[in-house]
Amino acid sequence: MKEITFSEALGEAMLEEMQRDPTIFTYGEDIAKQGGIFGAYKPILGKYQDRILDTPISEEVIFGSALGASLAGMRPVAEFHFADFLFTGMTAVANQIMKFKYMTGGQGKIHLILRGPDGISKSAAAQHSESIETLFMHIPGIKIIVPSTPYDMKGLFKTALKADDPVICFEHKMLYAKKGPVPEEEYYIPFGKADIKKEGKDVTVVTTSRMVHESLKASEQLAKEGIDVEVVDLRTLVPWDKELVLESVKKTHRLVIAHETWRRGGWGAEIAATVQEEAFDYLDGPIMRVGAKNVHIPFSPPLQDFVVPDYNSVINEVRKVLNV
Amino acid sequence: MQYDKEFLIGFYRTMVRIRNFELKAEELFLQAKLPGFIHLYIGEEAIATGAMANLRKEDYITSTHRGHGHMIAKGADVNKMMAELYGKETGYCKGKGGSMHIADVSIGVLGANGEVAGGLPIAVGAGMAIKMQKKDSVVVSFFGDGASNRGAFHEALNWASVYRLPVIFLNENNQFASTERVSETTSVQNIADRAVGYNIPGVIVDGNDVIAVYEVVKEAVDRARSGGGPTLIEAKTYRIKGHFVGDPVLYRNESEVNEKWQFEPISRFESTLFEMGMITDAEKESIWREAEQEIKNAVNFAEKSKYPEPESALQDLFESDTGYDY
Repeated sequence: MKEITFSEALGEAMLEEMQRDPTIFTYGEDIAKQGGIFGAYKPILGKYQDRILDTPISEEVIFGSALGASLAGMRPVAEFHFADFLFTGMTAVANQIMKFKYMTGGQGKIHLILRGPDGISKSAAAQHSESIETLFMHIPGIKIIVPSTPYDMKGLFKTALKADDPVICFEHKMLYAKKGPVPEEEYYIPFGKADIKKEGKDVTVVTTSRMVHESLKASEQLAKEGIDVEVVDLRTLVPWDKELVLESVKKTHRLVIAHETWRRGGWGAEIAATVQEEAFDYLDGPIMRVGAKNVHIPFSPPLQDFVVPDYNSVINEVRKVLNV
Repeated sequence: MQYDKEFLIGFYRTMVRIRNFELKAEELFLQAKLPGFIHLYIGEEAIATGAMANLRKEDYITSTHRGHGHMIAKGADVNKMMAELYGKETGYCKGKGGSMHIADVSIGVLGANGEVAGGLPIAVGAGMAIKMQKKDSVVVSFFGDGASNRGAFHEALNWASVYRLPVIFLNENNQFASTERVSETTSVQNIADRAVGYNIPGVIVDGNDVIAVYEVVKEAVDRARSGGGPTLIEAKTYRIKGHFVGDPVLYRNESEVNEKWQFEPISRFESTLFEMGMITDAEKESIWREAEQEIKNAVNFAEKSKYPEPESALQDLFESDTGYDY
């Protein structure tokens, strides 16, 4: 095992698959010379200069062209720069990419990836901080990967680069520099397989992305009080690993769902509803949800800290569900 | 240019086939046999016909909500088109798309599109693919006058110009964006003038003159195939019918339509063919009869086809089978 960063893991996935498959190419803003704002493409620079393109700030074409390029036989990886700017070209995603195959009766292979950073950073404020993965789970037609570690980033992205369906990948800004073990040998992680990041018996915390790390931190604190938390990282939201979540809940009888996106209408509500439908008799308490408060991400550090959940928010909800 | 008889008769036949399809679709819709909405291409047949005569099977097009003519001219199967209009399982989209979402990726039709200007970014992407694959294929992106006021049009033209993509942006200016006159909603008199802003050629052509359309598109296609980049073509035409079948048409007078009907492309081209001695009454009759029969057969095919099983609504979202339920 070697230790590499989250962004290096993305770069390695791209490099390995680009070597294997000449139809993979990537484009977006600030990537071909800069290697991406967070350096994710630095491993590719100088190796595939004709397959990595800087583009105009034209989101509707960045996204819509990926559909056209995939229908014409390529595997485009289009960068959305910041999750917030998916809205700028959202019609190409929601009205074209996500609908094409279905409304044409299954025609074409839409092997394209939309990828880029989401989530908070150090005071980027409301237009550069959003987590909007729930929207893509709500609207049918795209698979969603939300990696939390370099290992998951690389394995899931390599799978995405071989998939024949549209995939959107949300990479949390606070994770890019995070290091973790990645094996030397090649591997792929299938979609729809959650990963138990920490086993436990008292309460299940279902989470993704940055909140996996916050949940692990919460579990360390709670362990000091004798509370044994199981942290389940879904890794992909479409499809999501219902079997593993139900299995975990049947073991712990308690469930907390933790995400950075807004609590109201967040994907945690979908998980909660499904679990009470299918495992109601196993629950020993209400299902609790951790999510951002229902306002935009504010600028000033104390304001951002108040709105966005962290490990303390997880601890609070775990206490509620355990009544301690 | 001199053209042989077979070539010119081919134009005539295609336009007549489109016209017959559209007249039948209108009739069926008014008889309440077709669900949804139908947008007719009557009076605009020369554009699809003249343009498509320059294309190979492996060339791509993106179409619009008014797309039946583009499909037929690109070589689509009218049986599968008609079945789709009926919502039958034998339709192009197995009943999932209807008139506005007909596509045939196997012949390069990357979709009609229910969104105004929705096809332009897709066309640009196909152009990028062609360039990366080092092929000499081209893309023709059809769009209406209304689409030229959307951001996607401007983004797409700039992008195609920057990368010198083999994309022909073919504007069908039928004077109306839904119920609104282009002259009242557009900052320029000629949509082709907008090409200047993107440093690409902008050409105006009489969209009701099939040979003129063919020649203008030929020049643009030749340029695109040889690496010369995109062209914006404005084909000026007139939308004879309402925006959709059933449109009350409160925004114009019948006299205006009657006047424009004098210039409709099929009878105009027919006169030219007669003047050139390229067609006889008997040949003309037989072309119309064949087209009528073809469309009649298509209606038969559609009516005999089954509706899709309701459960089939849960198929075709993804190539792989995960992600439907959770």
